[in-house]
Amino acid sequence: MIFQPAALALALLLASSLNALGLAVAGLFALRMLRHWHPDIGSEAQIALERRTHLVSTLVVLSLLLSLPMLALFTHTADAMAPFFAGAMCAVGSLKANAWGLPALAVMLVGFFLAAAWLVLHRLDTRGWDQPLLLAKYRLLLLLAPLALAQAALLWLYFGGLKAEVITSCCGSLFGPAATGTLAELSALPEAIARPLFFLTLALTLAAGATLLVRGRLGRAFGVLAGLNFVVALAAIVAFIAPHIYEQPHHHCPFCLLQAEHGYAGWLLYPLLFLGTAAGLGAGLAAGVRAQSLHNEAPRLAAALARIAVAALASFGAAVSFYLWRSNLVM
Amino acid sequence: MNTWIERQRGLIDTTVANLRRRKARNLGLLLAYVLLVFLLASVVLFGDGMRREARLLLEEAPELVVQRLTAGRHDLMPAQWLERIADLRGVAAVEGRLWGYHHDAAVGANLTLQVPREAAPAAGRVHLGATLARLRGLAPGDVLSLRDHAGQPHAFVVEALLDSRSELVSADLVLLGEADFRAFFGIAAGLYTDAALRVVNPLETRTVAEKVLARLPATRVISREEMRRTYDAVFNWRQGLPLMVLSVLLAAFALLAWDKASGLSAEERREIGILKALGWDSGDVLAMKLWEGALLSLLAFLLGYTLAWLHVYYAGAPLFEPVLKGWSVLYPHFALAPEVDISRIVSLALLTVLPYVAATLVPVWRAATLDPDEVMRE
Amino acid sequence: MIELVGVGKTFNPGRDNEFHAVREVSLSIEAGRVTALRGPSGSGKTTLLGLIGGLTRPSVGRLRLHGRDISALPERFLTALRRDTFGFVFQQFQLIRDLSVLDNVMLPAVPTGRPHADIRARALRLLDEVGLGRRAAARVQWLSGGEAQRAAIARALINDPPVILADEPTAHLDSALSRQILEILAELRRCGRTLVIASHDPLVFEMDLVERVVDLRDGRVLA
Ligand SMILES: Nc1ncnc2c1ncn2[C@@H]1O[C@H](COP(=O)(O)OP(=O)(O)OP(=O)(O)O)[C@@H](O)[C@H]1O
Ligand SMILES: [Mg+2]
Repeated sequence: MIFQPAALALALLLASSLNALGLAVAGLFALRMLRHWHPDIGSEAQIALERRTHLVSTLVVLSLLLSLPMLALFTHTADAMAPFFAGAMCAVGSLKANAWGLPALAVMLVGFFLAAAWLVLHRLDTRGWDQPLLLAKYRLLLLLAPLALAQAALLWLYFGGLKAEVITSCCGSLFGPAATGTLAELSALPEAIARPLFFLTLALTLAAGATLLVRGRLGRAFGVLAGLNFVVALAAIVAFIAPHIYEQPHHHCPFCLLQAEHGYAGWLLYPLLFLGTAAGLGAGLAAGVRAQSLHNEAPRLAAALARIAVAALASFGAAVSFYLWRSNLVM
Repeated sequence: MNTWIERQRGLIDTTVANLRRRKARNLGLLLAYVLLVFLLASVVLFGDGMRREARLLLEEAPELVVQRLTAGRHDLMPAQWLERIADLRGVAAVEGRLWGYHHDAAVGANLTLQVPREAAPAAGRVHLGATLARLRGLAPGDVLSLRDHAGQPHAFVVEALLDSRSELVSADLVLLGEADFRAFFGIAAGLYTDAALRVVNPLETRTVAEKVLARLPATRVISREEMRRTYDAVFNWRQGLPLMVLSVLLAAFALLAWDKASGLSAEERREIGILKALGWDSGDVLAMKLWEGALLSLLAFLLGYTLAWLHVYYAGAPLFEPVLKGWSVLYPHFALAPEVDISRIVSLALLTVLPYVAATLVPVWRAATLDPDEVMRE
Repeated sequence: MIELVGVGKTFNPGRDNEFHAVREVSLSIEAGRVTALRGPSGSGKTTLLGLIGGLTRPSVGRLRLHGRDISALPERFLTALRRDTFGFVFQQFQLIRDLSVLDNVMLPAVPTGRPHADIRARALRLLDEVGLGRRAAARVQWLSGGEAQRAAIARALINDPPVILADEPTAHLDSALSRQILEILAELRRCGRTLVIASHDPLVFEMDLVERVVDLRDGRVLA
């Protein structure tokens, strides 16, 4: 491992390994829970299981708390390592220095959203006297645990396999006129289409969120829209938002946004988008819960999450508008 | 929301009261914790500072350096060669450089003698690196005496000491005029140590390097990027070693924390039992214990990091000098430019707090899930 | 208001030190009255009190509160219910050393998330009522036996529960102090609270405080 930020990489490896260990324990427990849980038998075995749920939920909470700094640290590390690889200009180059970087990032992102969803279920479940979401919760855990293991494995493979003399490609080969593939096609999406699409989706999402807040309706639609908005927003960043921030028509890279030269725009935009999306998906999830014992709690949590989501996504929209307005680029 | 805040506040109050009640025990843990953060943060801050210094220096370095090779070894470069590459497309400027090493028996180290590009000292005068000056006990106005290639002593008047902002690499540096340099090493006029190239467009460095090689096959071309990578690798390896030592320390600390947390005294078990009997559920006790860990960690981290910061930036990192810079007799005594880097703080926090959390989580959970009726049976 | 149906508690089930502390007890506690559990040492009084108050999970049987079956409730709900319904006074005082009397009294209210100032004000008032107003700031280990028991009673009342469960409230006190404590309990009864007292102290039964006696032998209720 000859690369610059040794402390950063070490921190990431430690964090992801502990995270994987914790969630592996949680996953094994989920298996036991799904097989042996009988809510109305007060036997010692049941009480022992119930005790263990506290450990498991704490593990997932900690895992979620960990996932955001890890995500930030990983992208930052990739960015900081770029000068090390011939050909790399930003995080993309470092991430592509071997086959594991980009998958690791993707798994981290998915893991973050899933952990957030799990916590929404958990929060509701513990507030219903009959624990109506218990099974759903532990089934989801069966998904989260392997993901955490995969994340740790990918990070070890990635950092372990880094070689300073590797010649990697810069972001232009991934997002740009010369590139091929889905990402390149996104870059080629004309602004005349991408821009209205982006603002329309965002507006619809915010409208659904507002309806959920005011009328208590359209909760599930809001969740779906928040997810859709996430995809559209990422595409829009590649297609036209990033070029406007760089003021270069052919520079589409979503990672260069993290750099100091561009005013750390990415460190403003991405956290808002991620937070808003996670809260929006959570609100949709909570609004979709129909259990009798949660008829008060579920809508209340949905509203609380919707407030966060709407605030974050509205700020995201405002920030994007600001960058577009400030830009001198005419595409 | 208000209930939530009030509940957390109550839990924190109780936690603080508990921490205070068991002063001796918690103080011991805190001390170990602070020490760990301090050591780890010192190494990381120090290593970063050194790398930054080196890179600062490299930024002023030329994009390309061309060295003549004779039978595969570095040789002096004739001035005509410089002219042959000066008119290549993409080359902004070519310059012959003069530099060399000289073993100084008095300090027992290699000095770097160099003719600066501009503002070279007048004949008979030199500028000295501050560390070298200190070792030799020289101040401006004193005389530095060195034996030249023929064994004859040369006396130079020290005109000035070098700015110590990047003393790491300039520690052993002696700057002198061109005529003095040639006389000292016996290098004829028209010969240079190597050539420094500036290119018009940095993105084309690679292409220019290829063109230089095509025109002057008996040379080696080194790019600044390559130099930077070598430097980084060197410093990194040096930073890597103490990190290994510290990971052992980290493990020791995790064990200590485990021991502290799992060795719940009978008294503490009884108290948690009372809380549970009084209507605290496992979640409440767990939250209180997590607050305890969080407060302890926060305090330890702030203290340890601040101490490390002072240690590295203001005290000159006395603890790590021998470890990190042991390759040279010339210990640079330099002040690193203070810097606060959030990513470093985050990673240090992860490195120190996570082992603590991992070590205490299970014991804390065990305590929190004690049976509430335990207190009734005594 | 509280009903036990065929409730039993077995310690260490399935092991060779298995012990049936309470067997098949069916019992109902009526609101607003004082019930006493009486029996020799080891007869299961404390265990039964724990079962009544939801502190001990029954091995068999059902527990109903206001007609609702609460035996299989998740811990979180059971605890909240217990906190709102029952105040416990334990056989040993079970105060936490090195904390002040006031802090001890406030402890059961911490998880409720009520405003700190309210809890504090109520704790001070309760301490006044049991005659400990001036000792609020003292550390509990400096209290005398009678004072400690009164602090424990104040603590049991902090969440304003309708039911007080007291385990041997007079066990460590001389007869004068015992009378004082029983007087306080009688006052609680007059304010409309339900009391369940476990005791084998004759003094408790001499006073006309107790309205109903449940006799226990070897974990069974005598008819
Ligand atoms: N955790 C336990 N494990 C095993 N046996 C227990 C446990 N708790 C209580 N017992 C036993 O259950 C029986 C009943 O105990 P309990 O404390 O209810 O009696 P008690 O009537 O309150 O007695 P005392 O008047 O001495 O307080 C006792 O024989 C005791 O040893
Ligand atoms: Mg007893």
